[in-house]
Amino acid sequence: MAIPSVARRTISTPIILALILVALALLAVASGSRPFNQTIIDVFLRVILVVGLYIFIGNSGVISFGHAGFTCLGGYAAAWLTMPPMMKETLLPGLPAWLMALQLPFWAGAIFAALWAAIWAALFGKILMRLSGIAASIATFAMLAMINTIYSNWESVTAATSSVVGIPIIRTIWPYMIAAILAVFIAWAHAISRAGLALRAARDEPTAAAASGIDAPRERLIAFVISGAVMGMGGALFAHSIGVVTPDTFYLTLTFTTLSMLVVGGMGSLSGAVLGVVILSSLIQGLRWLEAGITVGTTTFAIPNGLQEITLGVVMILILVRRPSGIMANSELSWPRARPEKPGE
Amino acid sequence: MQTIFDALSLGSLYALGALGIALIFGVMRLVNFAHGDVISFSIFALMWPSTDAMAVVFAGDLPWFLLIPFVLAVGAGLSVLSEIVVFRRFRRANPATMMIASFALGFVIRYFLLMLFSSRPKSISLLPALSQPVEIFGARIPLLQVITICATIAMLFALTAFLKRTRFGLEMRAAAENFTMARMLGVRANRVIMGAFALSGALAAAIGLILAAQTGTADIQMGAAVMLMAFIATVIGGLGSLPGAVLAGFLLGAASVVMQTVLPIDARPFRDAFVYGAVILVLIFRPQGLIAARGTKERV
Repeated sequence: MAIPSVARRTISTPIILALILVALALLAVASGSRPFNQTIIDVFLRVILVVGLYIFIGNSGVISFGHAGFTCLGGYAAAWLTMPPMMKETLLPGLPAWLMALQLPFWAGAIFAALWAAIWAALFGKILMRLSGIAASIATFAMLAMINTIYSNWESVTAATSSVVGIPIIRTIWPYMIAAILAVFIAWAHAISRAGLALRAARDEPTAAAASGIDAPRERLIAFVISGAVMGMGGALFAHSIGVVTPDTFYLTLTFTTLSMLVVGGMGSLSGAVLGVVILSSLIQGLRWLEAGITVGTTTFAIPNGLQEITLGVVMILILVRRPSGIMANSELSWPRARPEKPGE
Repeated sequence: MQTIFDALSLGSLYALGALGIALIFGVMRLVNFAHGDVISFSIFALMWPSTDAMAVVFAGDLPWFLLIPFVLAVGAGLSVLSEIVVFRRFRRANPATMMIASFALGFVIRYFLLMLFSSRPKSISLLPALSQPVEIFGARIPLLQVITICATIAMLFALTAFLKRTRFGLEMRAAAENFTMARMLGVRANRVIMGAFALSGALAAAIGLILAAQTGTADIQMGAAVMLMAFIATVIGGLGSLPGAVLAGFLLGAASVVMQTVLPIDARPFRDAFVYGAVILVLIFRPQGLIAARGTKERV
């Protein structure tokens, strides 16, 4: 075999990213500090969500504001499936009887949450993927707003805007790490698959791609469903990490944090998605520590409240001024020696 | 009758917002997410920084003929400043990058306000004389609604006149249609862009004034809700098309108000879901918007 297969040539990217994630997990375990553990769990959750976003946005070039909606679907599905039946009866009396009696372990709940989100992604996507450009972005936003409105008002099934409590909380770091690594490999597998390559071709040269027989809406739909599933899984784990869901957890703030991380990292690159999360999360964490105060000698330095967010915004703008296409631009991390074409071109 | 006025006044707000976003999009393809925060900022400019629930009024006591220009100038100033400090550096960046940058800027403005004023909504009585109801065609309409509608219409006419009759307006329209061509023909890019930002900022401030007078509160979040609807209106209207933005703004306002009265009681909480559903429908049948702007068609 003269030319190694695409998989062989590009496998180094997900492996390096997975190693970074494992290193983070080991760091958290080694530190033994409970809050730090939770921080790393948050990082893993964001990795799942941002990689989920990348699967659609990175490959199709269409910005989606709607993916937080799938996270919402996933989070609530996890609540329906894994809460103790007693709690469901009081909080969510409108659930059908079979769902009411059901209590699954969290991993099974996450799988079904991913499927549930994927089903809805397929339904919405079937309609929305015919659009392109900014119209598609707005349509996905309208979808998010619809999901949010329904979940904020359907009292008997989602407890409206009040929080749904009693979701089993998982505090160990491993499930999150495994899920994040899984998300990275799913993204990689999709990117080098026929559908992923066709979609990127349609992103870069829509006319030429159409002339070569690529059905862009269909390829977009595939990416939309896969990314919806990953977002759903992320949502389920999100619910398990804090034990509470409210519709507003999964609304604009989440949309923009994840989008910013993707764009700062580099929209067209899987490594960018992961690094964007790691870099911005470390920045946020560092600023939080500063806000809490650092003791040097006998004096404590602390920055005033609110400055954390302002600094974050300013740093984001600066990064984008320096690197308009994100930290990684379109390149991927790989072993230093082998540097042929990468899936993200 | 009441419904019509409700629809018109809500529509006015959306239309003004959409116009502000469309102006900037037209000249530099920037979807400006900081717009909502410019709205909030211009309201908070009326008060001294404090964390009390009652606003410590600073410029709010001015007579109306000074107050209104002051607020408009604040909005325009902030908007131009944001262009000089931030957006000028993104001239060649792709739209997604600019959008996230504008979002980050909005974030900075919002938390800056939060630091000075805290997140608690403040009550502020702005032009209290306007909340008296008046009788028109047998319906009791708050005077403010009438003024909102009239002011919007007046602003639309003024803006149209400005764009159609003055040299600067002509340059701006040329830039919106084909930016590169306009530059070749001697339109100064930076000046036009600054003009667009100033106008859009002033429009944002006008929305802020109306909102504050209507609700009697100043809230850091208040800009965001209008901005989202305005943003949607811009797209439905046809991105970059000013008349389209205005039309779609009024349509969205009307749709929200009509659905509120027409839908059965059980479905009313879900009103927004229906409105957004309608948005998706419009986009599917007319992805280029109701009034497609010239020059936005994709060329091969």
